[in-house]
Parts: sequence; structure tokens; C-alpha cells
Amino acid sequence: MAHTATHTARLLGASLRALLLLTLVTGVLYPLVVTGAAQALFPAQADGSKVSAGGREVGSALIGQGYTLPPDGTGGTAAPDPRWFQGRPAHGLGTDTRDPRHELLLSGATNLAADNPVLVRRVAEAKAAVVRDNSVPGHPVDPADVPADAVTSSASGLDPHISPRYARLQVRRVARENGLTAAPVARLVTAHTEGRTLGFIGEPRVNVLALNSALRELTAESRG
Amino acid sequence: MGPVTSGVLQLLALVGALALLYVPLGDHMARVYSADRHLRVERWIYRAVGADPDAEMRWPAYLRGVLALSAVGVLLLYALQRAQGALPGSSGRGSVPAPGAFNTAVSFVSNTNWQAYYGEQTMGHVVQTAGLAVQNFVSAAVGMAVAVALVRGFARSSTGTLGNFWADLVRGVVRVLLPLAAVAALVLAACGVVQNFAGVHEVGQFTGGSQQWNGGAVASQEAVKLLGTNGGGYFNANSAHPFENPTPFSNLFEVFLILLVPVALTRTFGVLVGSVRQGYAVLGAMAVLWCAFTALMMWTEFAHHGPAPQAAGGAMEGKELRFGIGGSSLFAVSTTLTSTGAVDSAHSSLTGLGGGLALLGMMLGEVAPGGVGSGLYAMLVMAVLAVFLAGLMVGRTPEYLGKRIGPREIKLAALFLLVTPALVLTFTALSVALPTPPRSTLNPGAHGFTEVLYAFTSAANNNGSAFAGLNADTDWFHTTTGLAMLLGRFLPMVFVLALAGSLAGQRTVPATAGTLRTGQPLFAGLLVGAVVIVSGLTYFPALALGPLAEGLA
Repeated sequence: MAHTATHTARLLGASLRALLLLTLVTGVLYPLVVTGAAQALFPAQADGSKVSAGGREVGSALIGQGYTLPPDGTGGTAAPDPRWFQGRPAHGLGTDTRDPRHELLLSGATNLAADNPVLVRRVAEAKAAVVRDNSVPGHPVDPADVPADAVTSSASGLDPHISPRYARLQVRRVARENGLTAAPVARLVTAHTEGRTLGFIGEPRVNVLALNSALRELTAESRG
Repeated sequence: MGPVTSGVLQLLALVGALALLYVPLGDHMARVYSADRHLRVERWIYRAVGADPDAEMRWPAYLRGVLALSAVGVLLLYALQRAQGALPGSSGRGSVPAPGAFNTAVSFVSNTNWQAYYGEQTMGHVVQTAGLAVQNFVSAAVGMAVAVALVRGFARSSTGTLGNFWADLVRGVVRVLLPLAAVAALVLAACGVVQNFAGVHEVGQFTGGSQQWNGGAVASQEAVKLLGTNGGGYFNANSAHPFENPTPFSNLFEVFLILLVPVALTRTFGVLVGSVRQGYAVLGAMAVLWCAFTALMMWTEFAHHGPAPQAAGGAMEGKELRFGIGGSSLFAVSTTLTSTGAVDSAHSSLTGLGGGLALLGMMLGEVAPGGVGSGLYAMLVMAVLAVFLAGLMVGRTPEYLGKRIGPREIKLAALFLLVTPALVLTFTALSVALPTPPRSTLNPGAHGFTEVLYAFTSAANNNGSAFAGLNADTDWFHTTTGLAMLLGRFLPMVFVLALAGSLAGQRTVPATAGTLRTGQPLFAGLLVGAVVIVSGLTYFPALALGPLAEGLA
């Protein structure tokens, strides 16, 4: 019995030493070396692909954000600003409940099932809102033209992209709200449409932040 | 080009990339696990541990090493989370409460990486990097070691010894996982995965105000999270978060990383037993299952049945636009047919049948190609069962790789196969039937039941993905999923090592005219049949209540 106990203690001691050493190798040296190499080779990416436009930081090229009007003070959710291209809905985003000093973005999905009535209603409401907001006199939006990405939340809640179809659908509204004609805005969308990587990987997409930044320049030029 | 064509081409590119590395990586691992020489860094570790890396172990000694290392791993990781509030470099995050810390410690040591917490607000740099990421390496290397021990059981004749656990563990980390992870981490960083030790970033926004997100050593952790089929995300959204998986290319690359080691291990197996054809047969069975699941997943997701996807005009709820339906389907299948559990889409929002496929992939025991090591040993146990079934049909004593499959071997194989279903079905039934567990499901009806079934299937199979509508942050689920992960990982390992010891003790018998040819496509077919019938049918009643009821409604 005593022999077994000693043997077990020795084995646990060996395990502890093995783990501490492997922690040094894989938990300290490895991440430090990778950080050093990544910071040296890809400094912009390693720090979050931040984007500046017009001399100030406007976000990350990879992280979606809201393009909303200033809060109206009633405490409700901020309304979308019709002057800017809108991203996908983000009902899965969480709120930081632990840290009072920060308001961290908590990524997440709605996790609603395909047959959940809440999701069915939300999709229908989103579709109605897209049709309403983007119909301009003489050019009503056909509900059948609203693509799926416009009415569904992404898996992270931080999707920075929309489909080229959703971007084109917003062109007339955006042009009208900014006092522009539709043609240059449509050209902007075409210029900011990324195809599939190597022609077959992923889906064609438009980065909303990049598109809105270009739109801001275009609007400033036309006013200037 | 349409999205369906794009999905199929991505599948073909993946198969091509894996085929390219199959022989070099498989042969490299075979050399690693049979080399006589030790690297200098390995000698330092053996000296500090006080282990003789050349001492041969019988199966009980090998098992004691696995269990001791894992027990200490759970304790260390638990202590690290409980002490987080007092640790420097944790960006002010507090200590993790006891039930959650137990669950997470077990989860990472058992290679499950089930996460009942928000990574963003719960774990600081120290716990993520020096705790969770370390177990991503160690738990993966333990799985590989156990698989190699089983392979040695087949390959050796009349010895009874299975190699040295410490040597297998350290070599798996130092010579296989570390170099692969370092390269993969830099590829991911080039794509845009963050890698820094900064605190909370406050970044200006387009319309004013700011966004706050955490930095961290994400690329280094992401690489091993996938290579070691771990799956624990730095962020809550896991591989759907743009900082973990920024581009369509990084998505395909991550699926590749998930499949790489488990696929190449079949080559290692073939080389070590002296017949690469045996490896091809096992790989063939895995490939048939993986391709069938991928085709079915793409079909159901592109067809987007169900009220909400029909109303939206596509199954895009819970999917990232850059990956699309093709990329998301590839990821969902690969993560549940291995023990990974990383997700790039919300599995709960897949179509009814799509969610069922993810669930069924885990229920088949994660063998196509399965977790690093665990996929190979589970498939070899299934092969033992398959030759037994074939032997029954023709009335011969079954043999596999020159070893007789006698009563002891078949009992151990049967026990191995029964552990997981017993855990899944018992805990699911208890959670549904008992009055005590709080109402934790998000969705109504059949889907709510599937959330619970999925949770225990994921935990007991050491997958880690979730129908994440389930609120698992309760004492009931922390405790029960914790037990399911622990027993679902280590009980099968006990049976595998006992089987390995029993096989290694036998003398290899030469093949005769009556021996079942196991290096043939016919045997691969038999193996697929055994997997689908034995594992699949066990769960059929439970599947009928959940995803089938939802998908066929």
C-alpha cells in the first residue's frame, strides 16, 4: 500500500514537472516567438487591421460596425443612418456583463432554429424594413430581390461584408440621401466588390466600411 | 460560377492539398515515433521529469502515465483560472467561479474544448496562452500517443510492451505539433488573425464613437486549436470571429488544418504495421464517410428547407458572408467528424437536417477522420469489430493484421464502443426527465431537445461544438458535461490501451489463404458499414425525436 502511494506520488510529481516544462515551451516560448515574427512580418494584421480614412481611425477592415444616427436620447436602439450603406443585422451580439470599465464587443450568433417562430418573424420584419427603406419614388424594391444576407444575422455578429446584391439594392437610397446620382454610387459598389479568392474560394462580397469610406470621399468631392 | 460549384471546387482543393502532404507527414510521424535518437530539448525535459525515454512500458504503466499527466493537467488549469484575479497580465479579469473553472479545465484536458463562457470577457492572456493553449498541445499529443501505442500493439509480436509514454508525448509536441503550428500561425497572421499582447483596443468608428475589442495571442492559439482538433475559440464566436478566421482562404486553410494530422496518421499506421495498404483501407473508409456527409450537408444547406431559411431566401442565419454556404458546410462537417468542435457558423441555425448531420457525425464516434490520435484508435477498434463480424459470417476465428481477435479483444472493443452512447443517452435522459435542471433551452419543440442531446453528444465524444442556444452556464450542465467529457475521454483510453497490451503480447500469425484481406477496398466498405450500423443505429430513436422530427416537419 505504502509502496503504491509512493509510486503514485512520484508519478504525479513527474507529471507536474513535465507539464511545467511543456508550458514553458508551448505556452511561453511558442507564443512569444510567433508574436515576434507576426509583429515583424505582418504588423498591421497582427494588431487588428485598423483602417484610417480622412485622417482618423474609422475601425477595423475585418470587424463590422453600425452606421447609425446619433442616439435620440430615448434610450432605444440607434436608428440606421440612411446616408450610409448598411451591414447585416447583428442580433447575436452580446453585452459585456463582467467588466464595468469596458464595453467589449461580445461576438455571437442568435442560435435561433430554422423553425423558430421568433426567427421567422424577425426575417419578415427585416425584409419589410429593407423594402421600405430602400424604395425611392419611381423605383420600388421588389421583396423577391432582397438577398438572404440582408435579413439574417451572421455567426459572429461582426460580419464586415454584405453581398454585392444587397449593396446594389441600397444604391438608389444612398445616392438620394447624399444628393448624388445613382450612377457614380453604383460604380463605387462595383469597384468595391471583391470576387472569390483565386476565383473559387468563398463568396463575392463588399466590405461595408471600405465602401462607406469611399462614399464619404465622393460626397465631399461633389460638394467641394 | 455559382455558389454550389464554388463549394465543390473548395472540397476538391482540400482533398488535393491533403493528398499532397499525406505521404511526407505520415512518414515523418512514423519516423518520429520509432526513432532511437532524442533531440537535445527532449533530453532536458526527460531529465527534469526523471523519466527514461528508452524504457519500454506495458499497458498499465502507459495508462498510468496518461492518467497522471491528465489529472495534474486538470488541477493546474483549474488553479490557474481560480487564481486569475490575482495574476498579472489578465487585463483586470477576475477569477473564474468554481463550477465553470472545473468544466473548462476538464474540457481542455480532455481535448473537448466545450466552452460555457464568453472568451472575450472571461479569460485573460495568461489563462488563454499559458493554460488553455498548452492543453491544446498536450491533450492532442496524448491522443496521438495512445493511438501509436495501439498501432504498436498490432505491429509487435510477443512483447507485451507499447513504447514509452513520456517519449511519445514529448515527441508529439516537439516534433509534430510545434513546427506545424508555428508555420500555420504565421499563415493565419498574414490573413489577418491578430497576434499581440495588448490590452483592450479602443478603436474609432466611422460614424463616431468607438468599438472595444481584446487583443491577444490569437494566431498562435488558433493554429494549434485546429491542428490538435481541439476547437476552443479565443472569442465566443470561435472560427466565425473575423479575428480568428478573417478571409475565405483562411477558412479553407483552417478546415485543412483540422483534417491534416488525423488523415496523415493513417499513413503512419500503415508504415508502422508494415503495409501502407492497411492505412489506405482505413483512410478510404474515413474518406467515404466524410465525402458523403459533406455532400449531404451542402445539399441540405443549399436547399434551405425550413420556415426561416425559406422566408429569408437562403440558409444564411448564423453564417458569415465571406465563407458562404459551401465554406460553412465544409467546416461544419469537418469539425464534427473530427473531435474539433471549432465552428465557423452557428450549428443551431443550420437547417433541421444539417444540424442532424453535425450531430450524427459526432455520434458515429468521430472517426472520419476523427480527432488527432482518437480518430485512428476509434477506427481501429471499429476495424476489430468489423473483422469479428466478417468472421462470424464465415465461421472463422477473426484476425486483424496478424493478431487473433479473441474473446478478450472483442470484449474490450465492445466496452470501448458502449461508453459514449451510455454517457450521452443517460445524461440527456436525466436532463430532460429530472425536475432539477433549470430550463436552459432557447428554442421550442424538437430543436430544444436537440440542444440538450447535442450538448452531451459533443461532451462525451470530446467534440466541443454546441447548439449554443442552450444555456450551459449552470451548475447542472457544468457538472454533467464535465463528467461526460472526463469519462468519454479516459474510459475509452483505458480499453484501447488494454486492447493494445493484449495484442502486443500475442505472436503475429502469418496470413493464410483464408485470412480476410483487410488492405482492400472491400474491407473499407465493411468498415463503413460497421460504423454506420453499430454507432448510427444506437442513436436512431434519439435522432428521431430531435433533428429528424424538425427536418422532416
